[in-house]
Amino acid sequence: MKEFVEGSHAIAEIIKACQPGVISAYPITPQTHIVEDLAQMVSNGELKSQFVNVESEHSAASVVLGGSATGVRVYTATSSQGLFYMQEVVFNIAGMRLPVVMTCANRAISAPINIWNDQQDSISLRDAGWIQIYAEDNQEAVDFHLIAYRLGEDKRVMLPVMVCMDGFILTHGMETVDMPQQDKVDKFLPKYNPLYKLDTAEPISMGLLADPDYYMEARFAIQETMKASIGYLSEISSEFNAVFGRDYKDLLVEEYQTKDADKVIVAMGSVCGTIKEVIDEQRAKGKKVGLLRIISYRPFPYARIYEALKDVPRVAVLDKAVSLGAYAPIAVEIKAAFYGKKKGPKVISSFVAGLGGRDITLESVREVLRRLTAKEVNSDFIDLKPELLKEEYGK
Amino acid sequence: MFGPLTVKPSESKGDKTGSWRTLVRPHYLHKNCIACRMCLMICPEGCVKGKEKNAFSVDFTFCKGCGVCADICPKKDIEMVPEESKEGDQ
Repeated sequence: MKEFVEGSHAIAEIIKACQPGVISAYPITPQTHIVEDLAQMVSNGELKSQFVNVESEHSAASVVLGGSATGVRVYTATSSQGLFYMQEVVFNIAGMRLPVVMTCANRAISAPINIWNDQQDSISLRDAGWIQIYAEDNQEAVDFHLIAYRLGEDKRVMLPVMVCMDGFILTHGMETVDMPQQDKVDKFLPKYNPLYKLDTAEPISMGLLADPDYYMEARFAIQETMKASIGYLSEISSEFNAVFGRDYKDLLVEEYQTKDADKVIVAMGSVCGTIKEVIDEQRAKGKKVGLLRIISYRPFPYARIYEALKDVPRVAVLDKAVSLGAYAPIAVEIKAAFYGKKKGPKVISSFVAGLGGRDITLESVREVLRRLTAKEVNSDFIDLKPELLKEEYGK
Repeated sequence: MFGPLTVKPSESKGDKTGSWRTLVRPHYLHKNCIACRMCLMICPEGCVKGKEKNAFSVDFTFCKGCGVCADICPKKDIEMVPEESKEGDQ
């Protein structure tokens, strides 16, 4: 049924439909509305789940780790500093192969403190062993949570999944969302049946010391599973389409007007809505421009991106995060996808925009296209205010 | 794909920690033992066994030679001897 809802509320509703046995979270802007709504649902008796109030994100992540280890479906959500405070446990969850689902309401990182959107938080945890998928709008954010549980709990996968949605832009945005009906959710998402669990009748230990004789194989197994998940995403996407009638294709990337394009922007998340506007406007003027939207950032679909961009002469990668002192995070991956290949773009320029919630406007996107010339640039900041860059502190 | 992930009780017995021993090993003198069991309780590997006085022994397949048994013995009835000496063998 179509509803006009706030993004956060839509997420709470879909989590309710997934019936997690344990929910634990600590409030942090802009994630708060999601868990606030879930706490309300539990206290109203609409959702039979244990909502564990904790004193920090480190504890919230530990509670869902423990919950998942006992063999129940679990949920948590966080942002920014909260995600960083969870970091140690985030790596543990993946290492123990526990299919935790987390919403990351993407927000900038301190200092200076900033509560607005960019994607630095989740991107900084790209090596944690979590599958990361990025939503463009609230419909996707809702659907991706269903897909997240289905994929993570798949016995071939058994990995945690982070659904990333841009803070405020999506979490606090009102949109029409086709909310999945409970009977269809139940059809698509079977009851969680764990491969292993903590059980006093059949005791096991998890996450114990693995000395040099054992450790590497544990990490190698995650790496191989990640690579295989590229195929599972496509498979689950078609099953999702069969039940709900929404086609996310291979769930790796979305190609928008890329077929004959001579300039393509690569981006991730809600900014792609704005980019599509500019693409339409430029196409109306006869300019051959397109967008390649990355949906799955981990696993990163190198082969799929090679296919999509191999005949495009110029590519602009738009990052909403930086790797200070190096090339921007998505740009690195795109360049790597073409290294040593026969075909590929002549120019792959990298742009950084929208840090700390600075609006990426239609004009910002036009500026990216203007700066995408024969001369390659790296980590070129868009909409920078040079007047704020003061030299006097250094004197 | 899965690597080493979970461990069942007593599975860690596969790790023969006796190979970690380098310089010294415990030698039970069997003179003044009062069977207080403190060496058995404190052993981090749980590799000390025995019930009666002057009848405790160590499983050197697992003993790491840490020496806490000798340290805690109230009767000084355990001493750490060089690894090469015959005295440690029981």
